[in-house]
Amino acid sequence: MKKEITLRLNGYETTVAVEPHEKLLDVLRDKLGVKSPKYGCGRGECGACSVLLNGKSVRTCIMYAVEADGQEIVTVEGLEQDGLTPLQKSFLSHNSFQCGFCAPGIIISATELLISNPHPGEEEIREAIAGNLCRCTGYGSVVDAIVDLTRRE
Amino acid sequence: MKTFDYFKPSTLVEALDLYEKYGSLAQFLMGGTDLVVNIDNSLVAPDYLIDLKGVPEFSRLQLAGSYLEIGASVTFSELVESSAVRDHFPVLWEASRTVASNGVRNRATLVGNICSAVPSADSAPALLVLQALVVVQNRAGARELPIADFFLGPRRTVLVPGDIVTGIRLPLPPASFGSSYIKMGRYDGEDLAQVCVATFVNDEGAVRIAFGAVAPKPVRAYEAEEFLNGKVLAEGVLEQAVPLAMKSISPISDVRASKEYRLHISGVLLKRSLRASSSRLQGKGPEYGMSLV
Repeated sequence: MKKEITLRLNGYETTVAVEPHEKLLDVLRDKLGVKSPKYGCGRGECGACSVLLNGKSVRTCIMYAVEADGQEIVTVEGLEQDGLTPLQKSFLSHNSFQCGFCAPGIIISATELLISNPHPGEEEIREAIAGNLCRCTGYGSVVDAIVDLTRRE
Repeated sequence: MKTFDYFKPSTLVEALDLYEKYGSLAQFLMGGTDLVVNIDNSLVAPDYLIDLKGVPEFSRLQLAGSYLEIGASVTFSELVESSAVRDHFPVLWEASRTVASNGVRNRATLVGNICSAVPSADSAPALLVLQALVVVQNRAGARELPIADFFLGPRRTVLVPGDIVTGIRLPLPPASFGSSYIKMGRYDGEDLAQVCVATFVNDEGAVRIAFGAVAPKPVRAYEAEEFLNGKVLAEGVLEQAVPLAMKSISPISDVRASKEYRLHISGVLLKRSLRASSSRLQGKGPEYGMSLV
């Protein structure tokens, strides 16, 4: 039984018809054209599908789209509407990502952290991204980029 | 992919009525961090999902009289950010911080964690030493169960079809207490525990101990508690308590650790946790939240 849901997606009111069993991730990617969240593990462990739901990072692979009805979603596409964010620029200048598959999830997790805690310690940074798995770079350059940004700003 | 119908009732009565109508064809949904994975793995195949996140009273997190009331939709992130939890129930605060990862804690609920009833549930040892009460509602009425009577075995609880756990009530501890939670995993991060232990001591000499991931369900170590009650927790006394605590646990070997390793680590962590709790009771460190592994 299809249900019509309304999201505030990256600042715009969006209405879409979904089946109750459709994951939020699939609806974002396949019906709404938002491609930054990725399908990784499909069980909430790797963090590649993260988006901000009402300002909090959530795993869209283990969430049904109907659960998001009436709520606010921000993805990387929304964060960079006015150009790359300082966090993204810091990741670029530190060569933090290689294949980039985990990057949107890490940007979401780090953005959430910096909103509530603009000057986190390294342990807090590592804890904030502990649920984002990267198989290329080994996290060092990711942490460096966040640390560097929080020292500059 | 099998589909289902989705309901989001806005009152408890409506939720109970929906379950009455659909019975075992329905499942209650809260954070979904366990249930959605279980549906994907065909461990459960509901025809109807009843999402309880729309019931306003489930989001309550407040001190009421001599209890802290934690509603069924309160997430681990909300517990971590709560000063009432941090100030009065720091052992639950410490345990909540170790649950999975931040992105999961933003959805996963305390009540969901105990209803899933996996033996390694991070919150369970903390709730056991805090003597939590589980508030259950069904169409016949409400009842409260001590958390120690709640778990039956792996993924099994005393709940019967039609029950909804509406919240947890935590009795406020006396002014002077010390407590600690230690989770041992294969690495820091989002892994499940190989062993987890919580201890609680107060200035009247009472000692409470609970383990997770080392028995078919989270357990209290009553025999060790009885031995330690009223004693000064000196090193020799702690050594003597270890074999008594081992009688309460029966770990298995699995992908995370062998039975022998779990037994050994349980003793090591028990002593560390008791040392930390006892030191905190005396107003000394280690600070709450510091790694004790």
